[in-house]
Amino acid sequence: MLYEQELKTFVEGTTNFFEVAAQQPATLGSPYLLEGTPAVHEYTGVITISGKREGVVYFTAPKAMLTVLLMKMQENDFSHETMRDLVGEVANTISGNARRDFGRDFVISVPSVLSGEKPDVPHKPGQRSFIIPINWRSHSAKLVVSLS
Amino acid sequence: MNARRAFKLMIVDDSNIMRRRIERSQQFEDLQVVGTAGNGVEALALFSQADPDVVTMDLTMPQMDGIECIGRLVALKPAVRILVISALADKATAVEAMERGANGFLNKPFTDRQLNEAIADLMRRA
Repeated sequence: MLYEQELKTFVEGTTNFFEVAAQQPATLGSPYLLEGTPAVHEYTGVITISGKREGVVYFTAPKAMLTVLLMKMQENDFSHETMRDLVGEVANTISGNARRDFGRDFVISVPSVLSGEKPDVPHKPGQRSFIIPINWRSHSAKLVVSLS
Repeated sequence: MNARRAFKLMIVDDSNIMRRRIERSQQFEDLQVVGTAGNGVEALALFSQADPDVVTMDLTMPQMDGIECIGRLVALKPAVRILVISALADKATAVEAMERGANGFLNKPFTDRQLNEAIADLMRRA
Protein backbone atom coordinates (compact mmCIF):
# COMPACT_ATOMS: atom_id res chain seq x y z
CA MET A 1 0.00 0.00 0.00
CA LEU A 2 1.25 3.45 -0.84
CA TYR A 3 1.33 6.10 1.80
CA GLU A 4 0.00 9.57 1.08
CA GLN A 5 3.35 11.18 1.88
CA GLU A 6 5.11 8.98 -0.65
CA LEU A 7 2.67 9.94 -3.37
CA LYS A 8 3.01 13.59 -2.38
CA THR A 9 6.77 13.45 -2.88
CA PHE A 10 6.41 12.14 -6.44
CA VAL A 11 3.66 14.63 -7.28
CA GLU A 12 5.61 17.59 -5.91
CA GLY A 13 8.69 16.55 -7.90
CA THR A 14 6.59 16.73 -11.04
CA THR A 15 4.65 19.93 -10.39
CA ASN A 16 7.80 21.68 -9.15
CA PHE A 17 9.34 21.27 -12.58
CA PHE A 18 6.47 23.11 -14.27
CA GLU A 19 6.33 25.81 -11.64
CA VAL A 20 10.06 26.61 -11.72
CA ALA A 21 11.24 25.72 -15.23
CA ALA A 22 8.18 27.02 -17.08
CA GLN A 23 7.13 29.62 -14.49
CA GLN A 24 3.57 28.36 -14.76
CA PRO A 25 2.18 25.83 -12.27
CA ALA A 26 0.48 22.60 -13.26
CA THR A 27 -2.72 21.41 -11.65
CA LEU A 28 -3.64 17.89 -10.62
CA GLY A 29 -6.58 15.95 -12.00
CA SER A 30 -8.43 13.35 -9.94
CA PRO A 31 -6.10 10.42 -9.20
CA TYR A 32 -7.34 6.90 -9.88
CA LEU A 33 -6.23 3.31 -9.51
CA LEU A 34 -5.68 1.15 -12.55
CA GLU A 35 -5.08 -2.58 -12.93
CA GLY A 36 -2.87 -3.67 -15.81
CA THR A 37 -0.33 -1.69 -17.79
CA PRO A 38 -1.24 2.00 -18.09
CA ALA A 39 -1.29 3.58 -21.55
CA VAL A 40 1.51 6.06 -22.17
CA HIS A 41 1.96 9.17 -24.30
CA GLU A 42 4.72 9.70 -26.90
CA TYR A 43 7.45 10.44 -24.35
CA THR A 44 7.99 8.80 -20.97
CA GLY A 45 10.65 9.30 -18.30
CA VAL A 46 10.98 6.29 -15.99
CA ILE A 47 12.64 5.76 -12.63
CA THR A 48 12.93 2.30 -11.10
CA ILE A 49 12.68 1.93 -7.34
CA SER A 50 13.83 -0.89 -5.09
CA GLY A 51 14.43 -1.33 -1.37
CA LYS A 52 11.54 -0.46 0.94
CA ARG A 53 9.29 -0.33 -2.14
CA GLU A 54 9.63 -2.08 -5.50
CA GLY A 55 8.41 -0.87 -8.85
CA VAL A 56 8.43 2.06 -11.21
CA VAL A 57 7.38 5.70 -11.25
CA TYR A 58 7.06 7.47 -14.56
CA PHE A 59 6.04 10.74 -16.14
CA THR A 60 4.47 10.38 -19.55
CA ALA A 61 3.55 13.34 -21.73
CA PRO A 62 2.29 14.09 -25.24
CA LYS A 63 4.57 15.81 -27.73
CA ALA A 64 2.23 18.84 -27.90
CA MET A 65 2.63 19.51 -24.17
CA LEU A 66 6.40 19.13 -24.32
CA THR A 67 6.60 21.48 -27.28
CA VAL A 68 4.82 24.25 -25.38
CA LEU A 69 6.87 23.54 -22.27
CA LEU A 70 10.07 23.92 -24.31
CA MET A 71 8.77 27.22 -25.74
CA LYS A 72 8.11 28.48 -22.21
CA MET A 73 11.69 27.53 -21.34
CA GLN A 74 12.91 29.72 -24.26
CA GLU A 75 14.15 26.62 -26.07
CA ASN A 76 14.10 26.67 -29.85
CA ASP A 77 15.06 23.09 -30.62
CA PHE A 78 11.98 20.85 -30.78
CA SER A 79 13.68 17.72 -32.07
CA HIS A 80 12.94 14.18 -30.95
CA GLU A 81 16.16 14.18 -28.90
CA THR A 82 15.17 17.39 -27.13
CA MET A 83 11.75 15.92 -26.26
CA ARG A 84 13.50 12.87 -24.79
CA ASP A 85 15.87 15.15 -22.93
CA LEU A 86 12.96 17.06 -21.43
CA VAL A 87 11.01 14.08 -20.04
CA GLY A 88 14.34 12.79 -18.73
CA GLU A 89 14.81 16.06 -16.84
CA VAL A 90 11.30 15.82 -15.35
CA ALA A 91 12.01 12.24 -14.24
CA ASN A 92 15.35 13.43 -12.88
CA THR A 93 13.56 15.99 -10.72
CA ILE A 94 11.12 13.35 -9.44
CA SER A 95 14.07 11.09 -8.65
CA GLY A 96 15.93 13.87 -6.82
CA ASN A 97 12.89 14.69 -4.69
CA ALA A 98 12.44 11.04 -3.77
CA ARG A 99 16.08 10.66 -2.79
CA ARG A 100 15.81 13.73 -0.58
CA ASP A 101 12.58 12.64 1.13
CA PHE A 102 13.05 8.88 1.38
CA GLY A 103 16.78 8.60 1.96
CA ARG A 104 18.37 5.19 1.87
CA ASP A 105 15.10 3.28 2.37
CA PHE A 106 14.61 3.64 -1.37
CA VAL A 107 17.15 2.77 -4.04
CA ILE A 108 16.29 4.97 -7.00
CA SER A 109 17.67 4.44 -10.50
CA VAL A 110 19.00 6.99 -12.91
CA PRO A 111 16.03 7.94 -15.14
CA SER A 112 15.57 6.24 -18.49
CA VAL A 113 13.49 7.56 -21.37
CA LEU A 114 11.01 5.70 -23.58
CA SER A 115 9.46 7.04 -26.75
CA GLY A 116 7.57 5.92 -29.83
CA GLU A 117 4.39 3.91 -30.23
CA LYS A 118 3.71 1.32 -27.52
CA PRO A 119 7.10 1.43 -25.77
CA ASP A 120 7.91 -1.45 -23.43
CA VAL A 121 7.12 0.15 -20.06
CA PRO A 122 8.24 -2.07 -17.18
CA HIS A 123 5.20 -3.34 -15.29
CA LYS A 124 4.82 -6.18 -12.79
CA PRO A 125 1.83 -8.44 -13.64
CA GLY A 126 -1.06 -7.89 -11.21
CA GLN A 127 0.43 -4.65 -9.92
CA ARG A 128 -2.05 -1.80 -9.56
CA SER A 129 -0.93 1.72 -10.41
CA PHE A 130 -1.90 5.14 -9.13
CA ILE A 131 -2.48 7.48 -12.05
CA ILE A 132 -2.29 11.19 -11.32
CA PRO A 133 -3.28 13.45 -14.24
CA ILE A 134 -0.97 16.47 -14.55
CA ASN A 135 -2.78 19.29 -16.31
CA TRP A 136 -0.87 22.24 -17.70
CA ARG A 137 -2.33 24.89 -19.97
CA SER A 138 -4.60 22.93 -22.33
CA HIS A 139 -2.53 19.73 -22.12
CA SER A 140 -2.59 16.69 -19.89
CA ALA A 141 0.22 14.32 -18.91
CA LYS A 142 0.25 11.50 -16.38
CA LEU A 143 2.32 10.61 -13.38
CA VAL A 144 2.16 6.85 -12.86
CA VAL A 145 3.19 5.39 -9.50
CA SER A 146 3.35 1.62 -9.58
CA LEU A 147 4.97 0.39 -6.38
CA SER A 148 4.48 -2.57 -4.06
CA MET B 1 41.77 52.69 -15.87
CA ASN B 2 41.48 49.11 -14.66
CA ALA B 3 40.10 46.61 -17.12
CA ARG B 4 37.50 44.29 -15.63
CA ARG B 5 38.66 40.74 -15.40
CA ALA B 6 36.89 38.37 -17.81
CA PHE B 7 35.91 34.97 -16.47
CA LYS B 8 35.74 31.76 -18.46
CA LEU B 9 32.85 29.33 -17.92
CA MET B 10 32.63 25.65 -18.83
CA ILE B 11 29.22 23.92 -18.70
CA VAL B 12 29.04 20.18 -17.98
CA ASP B 13 25.64 18.47 -18.24
CA ASP B 14 24.39 15.43 -20.15
CA SER B 15 21.20 17.28 -21.08
CA ASN B 16 21.36 19.42 -24.21
CA ILE B 17 18.45 21.46 -22.88
CA MET B 18 20.25 22.24 -19.64
CA ARG B 19 23.53 23.15 -21.36
CA ARG B 20 21.72 25.57 -23.67
CA ARG B 21 19.61 26.90 -20.79
CA ILE B 22 22.65 27.72 -18.66
CA GLU B 23 24.46 29.32 -21.59
CA ARG B 24 21.41 31.40 -22.53
CA SER B 25 20.44 32.40 -18.99
CA GLN B 26 23.74 33.59 -17.61
CA GLN B 27 23.68 37.36 -17.82
CA PHE B 28 27.25 38.41 -17.14
CA GLU B 29 29.08 40.46 -19.75
CA ASP B 30 32.39 39.48 -18.22
CA LEU B 31 31.66 35.74 -18.36
CA GLN B 32 32.53 33.91 -21.55
CA VAL B 33 31.40 30.34 -22.20
CA VAL B 34 34.57 28.57 -23.35
CA GLY B 35 33.20 25.06 -23.68
CA THR B 36 30.42 22.59 -22.97
CA ALA B 37 30.65 18.89 -22.21
CA GLY B 38 28.09 16.09 -21.92
CA ASN B 39 29.86 13.99 -19.30
CA GLY B 40 32.90 13.88 -17.07
CA VAL B 41 35.17 12.30 -19.69
CA GLU B 42 34.40 15.05 -22.21
CA ALA B 43 34.87 17.67 -19.49
CA LEU B 44 38.33 16.38 -18.62
CA ALA B 45 39.33 16.31 -22.27
CA LEU B 46 38.20 19.91 -22.74
CA PHE B 47 39.40 21.32 -19.44
CA SER B 48 43.11 21.91 -20.10
CA GLN B 49 42.47 23.55 -23.46
CA ALA B 50 39.54 25.72 -22.28
CA ASP B 51 41.13 26.57 -18.90
CA PRO B 52 37.88 27.78 -17.27
CA ASP B 53 37.70 29.81 -14.05
CA VAL B 54 34.16 28.62 -13.30
CA VAL B 55 32.49 25.28 -14.09
CA THR B 56 28.82 24.31 -13.77
CA MET B 57 28.65 20.57 -13.11
CA ASP B 58 25.77 18.12 -13.35
CA LEU B 59 26.17 15.03 -11.18
CA THR B 60 24.25 12.20 -12.83
CA MET B 61 25.98 11.63 -16.16
CA PRO B 62 27.11 8.63 -18.21
CA GLN B 63 30.75 7.49 -18.48
CA MET B 64 32.03 9.64 -15.62
CA ASP B 65 29.69 11.22 -13.08
CA GLY B 66 30.02 14.73 -11.69
CA ILE B 67 31.35 13.71 -8.28
CA GLU B 68 34.39 11.97 -9.78
CA CYS B 69 34.87 14.74 -12.33
CA ILE B 70 34.91 17.45 -9.64
CA GLY B 71 37.80 15.73 -7.86
CA ARG B 72 39.77 15.39 -11.08
CA LEU B 73 39.23 18.99 -12.17
CA VAL B 74 40.25 20.36 -8.78
CA ALA B 75 43.40 18.20 -8.89
CA LEU B 76 44.28 19.76 -12.25
CA LYS B 77 43.48 23.34 -11.21
CA PRO B 78 42.86 23.93 -7.49
CA ALA B 79 41.70 27.52 -8.14
CA VAL B 80 38.79 26.49 -10.37
CA ARG B 81 35.36 27.27 -8.89
CA ILE B 82 32.68 24.62 -9.40
CA LEU B 83 28.92 25.07 -9.12
CA VAL B 84 27.03 21.80 -8.94
CA ILE B 85 23.67 21.99 -10.74
CA SER B 86 21.74 18.81 -10.05
CA ALA B 87 18.31 17.38 -9.37
CA LEU B 88 19.81 15.29 -6.59
CA ALA B 89 18.38 17.22 -3.70
CA ASP B 90 19.60 15.19 -0.71
CA LYS B 91 22.02 16.62 1.79
CA ALA B 92 24.44 13.68 1.59
CA THR B 93 25.02 14.29 -2.12
CA ALA B 94 25.65 18.00 -1.57
CA VAL B 95 28.13 17.26 1.22
CA GLU B 96 29.97 14.71 -0.94
CA ALA B 97 30.24 17.19 -3.80
CA MET B 98 31.60 19.87 -1.47
CA GLU B 99 34.10 17.44 0.01
CA ARG B 100 35.39 16.70 -3.49
CA GLY B 101 35.94 20.40 -4.08
CA ALA B 102 32.69 21.94 -5.30
CA ASN B 103 32.04 25.51 -4.15
CA GLY B 104 28.28 25.80 -4.58
CA PHE B 105 25.15 23.74 -5.13
CA LEU B 106 22.04 24.67 -7.12
CA ASN B 107 19.07 22.34 -7.36
CA LYS B 108 17.29 21.63 -10.63
CA PRO B 109 14.90 22.96 -11.68
CA PHE B 110 16.12 26.53 -11.20
CA THR B 111 15.07 30.02 -12.20
CA ASP B 112 17.32 32.40 -14.16
CA ARG B 113 17.65 34.51 -11.06
CA GLN B 114 18.80 31.57 -8.92
CA LEU B 115 21.34 30.59 -11.58
CA ASN B 116 22.77 34.09 -11.88
CA GLU B 117 23.00 34.56 -8.13
CA ALA B 118 24.85 31.27 -7.78
CA ILE B 119 27.27 32.10 -10.62
CA ALA B 120 27.84 35.60 -9.25
CA ASP B 121 28.73 34.10 -5.89
CA LEU B 122 31.34 31.87 -7.53
CA MET B 123 32.79 34.70 -9.61
CA ARG B 124 33.25 36.76 -6.46
CA ARG B 125 35.31 33.92 -5.04
CA ALA B 126 37.27 33.10 -8.21
